[in-house]
Amino acid sequence: MRRLRAALLGIAGVVLLGVLWEAYKAFAPANGVVINGLTVLPRTSDAAMPHLSTMLQRALEPVTSAPGSSPLWIAVLQASAFTLAVAAVGWLVGVVVGLLIATIMQRFRTAESALLPWVVLSQTVPLIAIAPLVKRWGAFVHLGALDWQDWMSVALIASYLAFFPVSIGALRGFSSPEQAHLDLMRAYGAGWWRTYLRLRVPASVPYLVPALRLAAANAVIGTVVAEVSIGLSGGVGRMIIEFSQAGSSDPAKQWAPIFGAVVVGLIAAAVVVLIGVALSKYRRNEVST
Amino acid sequence: MSPVLEGQAAVDIAGVGKVFPVRRGAGVTALEAVSLRVAAGEFVSLIGPSGCGKSTLMRLIADLDTPSSGAVTVFGKTARQARLDQDYGIAFQQAGLLPWRTVRENIELPLQLHGVGRAARRARASELIELVGLGDFGDKHPEQLSGGMQQRVAIARSLAESPRLLLMDEPFGALDEMTRERMQTELTRLRAETGAAVVFVTHSIPEAVYLSDRVVVMSPRPGRIVQILDMGLGAGGERTDALREDAHFFERVRDVREALHGDTAVSSQGKEAR
Repeated sequence: MRRLRAALLGIAGVVLLGVLWEAYKAFAPANGVVINGLTVLPRTSDAAMPHLSTMLQRALEPVTSAPGSSPLWIAVLQASAFTLAVAAVGWLVGVVVGLLIATIMQRFRTAESALLPWVVLSQTVPLIAIAPLVKRWGAFVHLGALDWQDWMSVALIASYLAFFPVSIGALRGFSSPEQAHLDLMRAYGAGWWRTYLRLRVPASVPYLVPALRLAAANAVIGTVVAEVSIGLSGGVGRMIIEFSQAGSSDPAKQWAPIFGAVVVGLIAAAVVVLIGVALSKYRRNEVST
Repeated sequence: MSPVLEGQAAVDIAGVGKVFPVRRGAGVTALEAVSLRVAAGEFVSLIGPSGCGKSTLMRLIADLDTPSSGAVTVFGKTARQARLDQDYGIAFQQAGLLPWRTVRENIELPLQLHGVGRAARRARASELIELVGLGDFGDKHPEQLSGGMQQRVAIARSLAESPRLLLMDEPFGALDEMTRERMQTELTRLRAETGAAVVFVTHSIPEAVYLSDRVVVMSPRPGRIVQILDMGLGAGGERTDALREDAHFFERVRDVREALHGDTAVSSQGKEAR
């Protein structure tokens, strides 16, 4: 019953957002609200705020007027699938690296002192600044027959954003067992590895699931932004930019890939929810994070 | 009436001291010149006020801490070797069950850690679940159990590898009085069935008297043994609830109380005991 209620409330929220959009468009002045030459509320013209119905209608039409052009929504779906795949690779790499760093920090106290400041510092570097660097470095990488591809740069940047919450969350989780449990493992003569496997890893799950969720959101944002700054075509990030350049003549077009990006985010979040359900056995004493 | 000290002792503590280092100064002396021998199959309680080092002494036997001076021998081995050989089972005041494991899986934990096969683990866990009277609760999780039941699981877990020595640090300390007495009676039964030696830390006088062959009275600052009292109330299996109302029982309770509180008359005796 509570789940149904939550689902209905979620849908109501989306509908409300749509109603607000249309209501603002209907009642606010066409040139927006301007105070002292400063636009404090946006214009409501069709170019700035197309009707929801226009967006939907545009999505069903072909991408371009060229013959044989596929419908826009199919192109967006393909781009979304591409972005999702790159984000998934980035998320996976980020999670593995994050867990590895957390494990090293838990195992060696000195490593925690040495690594943790760098982990925190790494997130203060602006994404826009490192994207071109990653691409340029990638050009020098030749792994056997495999040449470095641009999508790998994008995935790498996504993983760079994803590893952070995982490493912090996992470190907290690995350090969460109480002394009594650690004493018990010692009494059983269990070494570091078996204590890690049987006690620290299961105990970390309640901390890990929210961290995985954050990592998924970060990976999607990182992928979309990195697609733009690296110039990788095929994903929704690049598509948003391309379509917005045609903004004045076809304003509803760019909204389709924006919704595509939202869908990618929702799918990523749903996957993490499924992971959380699969691990529910370890979340009996859930912590609120 | 106390068991004859023959053959190998379960625990031999010889002139043990423990100093916990502090940032400044000489450190806190938790134990000083403690000597104690626990015979195989003997039930010995450590009793004393907070800070007398009774839990520290038990942790030294378990090799959860190492002594600053003196030596702890368990079944003729170093405490460390005895820990690695799983010569003892242990239970704490907090049941310390893993919340993601069922009752059965919690009891199987030490067996699993030591590579016992799945079928053998299952059989042993079923046996122990019956032994501690948790028949229908094998597949429940710890948070579905009362405090007393959780503590039964912890005791079953400590018995999993049929140790000849049980170390228990106030295992009934967090339980209400009724549950506590029932658990005490069950512990005497378990002990009679397993024949294990027990080192039992408590600060309840009646509990120590009811359970023990000998009661070791300790005093704080620095922690040392004041007196060791023979209870002589019969073997574990013969102890029933009726004993709690027996005149001998009250006599022993009085003896232990006097040893704990008597500053003048007993302290001279205490020096002899040391």
